[in-house]
Formats: sequence, C-alpha cells, structure tokens
Amino acid sequence: MNSILGFFVDVFSQPAILVALIALIGLIVQKKSAADITSGTIKTILGFLVLSAGAGVVTNSLEPFGKMFQEAFGVQGVVPNNEAIISIALKDYGTTAALIMMFGMLVNILIARFTNLKYIFLTGHHTFYMAAFLAILLTVGNITGTMTVVMGSIILGLIMAVLPALGQSTMKKITGSDQVAIGHFGTVSYWAAGEIGKLFSGKSKSTEDIKFPKGLSFLRESTISISLTMIVLYIIAALFAGPKFVHSELSDGTNFIVFSVIQGVTFAAGVFIILTGVRLILAEIVPAFKGISEKLVPNTKPALDCPIVFPYAQNAVLIGFFVSFITGVIGMLIMFLVGGVVILPGVVPHFFLGATAGVFGNARGGIKGAIAGAALNGILVTFLPLLLLPFMGDLGAASTTFSDTDFLAVGIVVGYIAKFLGLAGVIAAVIVIGVLGVLLQKRSNKAVGEEK
Amino acid sequence: MKILVVCGHGLGSSFMVEMNAQEALKNLQAPADIEVEHSDIMTASADMADLFICGRDLEENAQRLGEVVILDNILDKEELQKKLEEKLKGMNIL
Repeated sequence: MNSILGFFVDVFSQPAILVALIALIGLIVQKKSAADITSGTIKTILGFLVLSAGAGVVTNSLEPFGKMFQEAFGVQGVVPNNEAIISIALKDYGTTAALIMMFGMLVNILIARFTNLKYIFLTGHHTFYMAAFLAILLTVGNITGTMTVVMGSIILGLIMAVLPALGQSTMKKITGSDQVAIGHFGTVSYWAAGEIGKLFSGKSKSTEDIKFPKGLSFLRESTISISLTMIVLYIIAALFAGPKFVHSELSDGTNFIVFSVIQGVTFAAGVFIILTGVRLILAEIVPAFKGISEKLVPNTKPALDCPIVFPYAQNAVLIGFFVSFITGVIGMLIMFLVGGVVILPGVVPHFFLGATAGVFGNARGGIKGAIAGAALNGILVTFLPLLLLPFMGDLGAASTTFSDTDFLAVGIVVGYIAKFLGLAGVIAAVIVIGVLGVLLQKRSNKAVGEEK
Repeated sequence: MKILVVCGHGLGSSFMVEMNAQEALKNLQAPADIEVEHSDIMTASADMADLFICGRDLEENAQRLGEVVILDNILDKEELQKKLEEKLKGMNIL
C-alpha cells in the first residue's frame, strides 16, 4: 500500500510528469494518433526539464549577485526565492504538498465545472509551490493530519480559480480578447497595478507609443535587452561591493567587469533556455487544454504563466522591471536604516512580477500607470515578507522566504486566521472567499453582456 | 512550404497568431502541407521558413528574413487572413 502511495507521490511531486499527464489526457480526449500522443507527451516532459535547466542557470548567475549585495550593505538579509524555500520545505512537507497539489487541481476542475469561475490554472510549478506553502502554513497553524490535506486542497483549488478571475478584467484589456487568463501567483500585484493605473486612465500615453530611436530596435529582442540590463546591474552591485571582494570571493581573480559581463549574459542565457522550455510545454498544453476544456469542462479559460502578457507591451516589461527593482532597493535601504530584518531585492520576482505589473498598469493608465503599478509591486514584495515571517515555523530561520505576492497575501490571511480563529475560522474564510469570487465574476460577466 | 510566426519572446503572441494562421489557412482552403510554427525574432533566420509573420513593432528587425507579412494588429484575424491571402496568391501558392 505504502509503495503504491509512494509511486503516486513520486508522480505528483515531479511537475514534469504531472504536466505531461495533463498533456496526455488532453491529446487522448482529442483522439489524436498514437504517434502524436507519444511525441506530445514526451515533448512536454522535455520542455519541463529544459525549463528546470534554465532555472538552474538563472539561479546560479543570481547567487554572486546576492553575495555582492550582502557585502555592499553589510546585512544578513532575507532573500525571497521560491525555489530555495521550497527545496528546504520539501524535506518535511513533501508528501503532504504532493497530495495537496493533486487534490487541489481536482478541486480547481470541479469549481470550473460547477461555478461561474471558469479558470483552469496551468502554471504547474506555482501550483506545486503553493501546495507546499499551504502544507507549512496549516501545520504551523495547528491544523494537522488528514485535515491539512483536506483544507489545503480546498484552499489551493479555490485560489487557482479565484485569482485568475481577479486579474481578468485587465487581462481582457491587455490581450484584446477573453480567451486567456493570468495564472501566476503574483495576481494581487497585477490587480493592484491595474487598479492604481486607473487613476491615470486617459491621462497618459501607452508605453508602446514610446518611439525608440531606430538604432535601438535591437532592444526589442528580449534576450539582448535582458543581457544589457543585467550587465549594468551586476557592474553597479560589483562597484558597491568593491572590486577587491569580487576578485577574492566570487570571480577567482577574474576582473570584476569581465565577471559582471559574463554573469549578466549568463542570466539572459538562462532566461533564453527557460523560454525554449516554456515554448515546448505550451505547444502541447494549450491545444491539449482545448481538448480538456471543450470535452470535460465546457467554456473554461486557461490561466497561464505571466510571460504570456509580455509580448503585448514590451516597453512596459522593461519599465516595470526597472521601477520595481529600484523601489525594492529603496525599500531595502529604509529597512536597513530602521534596523531589524532586511528583505533583499530578489531580481527574479522584481523581473517577473514587476514586468507584469508594468503591463497591467500600462493597460489601465499608460506610462504613468505602468510606473505606479510597478512601484506598488516593488513595495508589496519588499515589505509583505516581514508580516509573513511569524508563520514560517522553523523555516523562519532559513534566511529565505517566498517571493511572490499571492504567497505573501495568502500566507498572511490564512496564517493570522488559523492562529487566532483556528480551523473553524479557516473554513469560514474559504466559504466567504468562494462566495465573493462567484458574485464578483457574476457582476463582471453581466458587465460584459451589457457592453455587447 | 513553411510559415514562421515571430515575436519578441517567441511565446505568447506568436503562438496565438500561429493558431489564428492555421484557422485562416483552413478558411482559404490552402494546401494541407503548409506548416506553421512560432519562434522569437532573435533566433529566426531566413532559412527557417519560406514566409514570416510578425507585428508592426518588429518590422525593422524582420527585414533580414525575406518574405514577411506585417500585421498592424496581431489579434485581428480578418487582417491576418486578408494579408495571408494576398501574399500566398503573390507567391502562386493559392
């Protein structure tokens, strides 16, 4: 019995296999040929492994960057990084996390089938992180045993359906259609960026109207612009940390400018690899999803990873990253002056969440909206982790924490409710959020109906 | 014959346009052996396809690729179908 359970845990704790299973089901439902089913399923696993390899390259190139920052400002700070905290958490919470993930996805499908929250969350790695995070949160909140899995799955399935709904009204503006939703646990940032962007509605030009001089059109090629950005950031960090520190501790004597250039471009190379992997996965998942949604759950929308919005406003992506990161640096300096825990700016969350917040802000309020939205994201990812620290249990001492806004928001809400109101409070919160989600979606559907 | 749709990242919009292009080709009753794929502008090279599709924002970058269809609105299916029809007729494929 245990070995069977172990097999399923292995299957569901390997995101590559899990996502491939979804592709497999989709391809079977579409009645594809055996050849198409085999190649589609293998390509999905391949894509996931390519993606993980790219993530490894990015993480490796970020490591010296963090060390430079730490040296420059002389603080033992907390680095917000999902991958780092998850790898530590899985030792104790792995099985619970895998079970929560499996049943959470089932709950997501059931919600999409039976309510008006018709979103299927397809960003597998975020689902897995959230499952592990809920396992930690509920355990620290004294909700243990089978109840952890039951409550964790219900909460996970619910947020997988409610959060994409929260972002959908701005997503419609960005993509110009109602076909895809945002499925990335930074939705609180994106929604907030859209709301703050509304303040500038009609008062500011779109970021995409910025005419880059002709000689700068090469910046449209994302890998080039990411390389340049990262080289500049590395050189600044290296100058603050001092070339001596870089030479003796990080680069093995290689000149700090050469080292910064190599690390900056390595980061871009990692992103390039990740994008190749994502391309392989999406090529099977999206058509497969069509199969699943058309046959099993009618009229659902796929909720997809945040880079899906990048092509719609590429200037907003760069502006968003810059503004969010600078806000994070300023926030760090403030915490440093006040004393206590210092949250270091994580380049990855500032890049992905900042860029996406920039796109959402731009869709509502042009350039000013993009700047305000990205700055708001910078503030959220810098200061919210402070409120989360009490709920990390023994992991609180690990000097790393979750980085993306939805983890922070869910953590703070569920954490405080579990601490002060116990299991009954958590159940009540789940019901309230579920009902609110359904009602808000009803209103937004009605608004769409009237527009037509 | 192969068509390659390109965008900055080669992920979102090029994939969406690829699916729209397949639909458009079906509507135009184009030969069934026309392949459509998507990629990013940086890796795209002239030998990768016979025809390229991209948005107005990449017009400059795409000049080196040869035969290119430039879209004013990448989500507009009608524009895509009209421009594809003209281009394919010009290339004696339709």
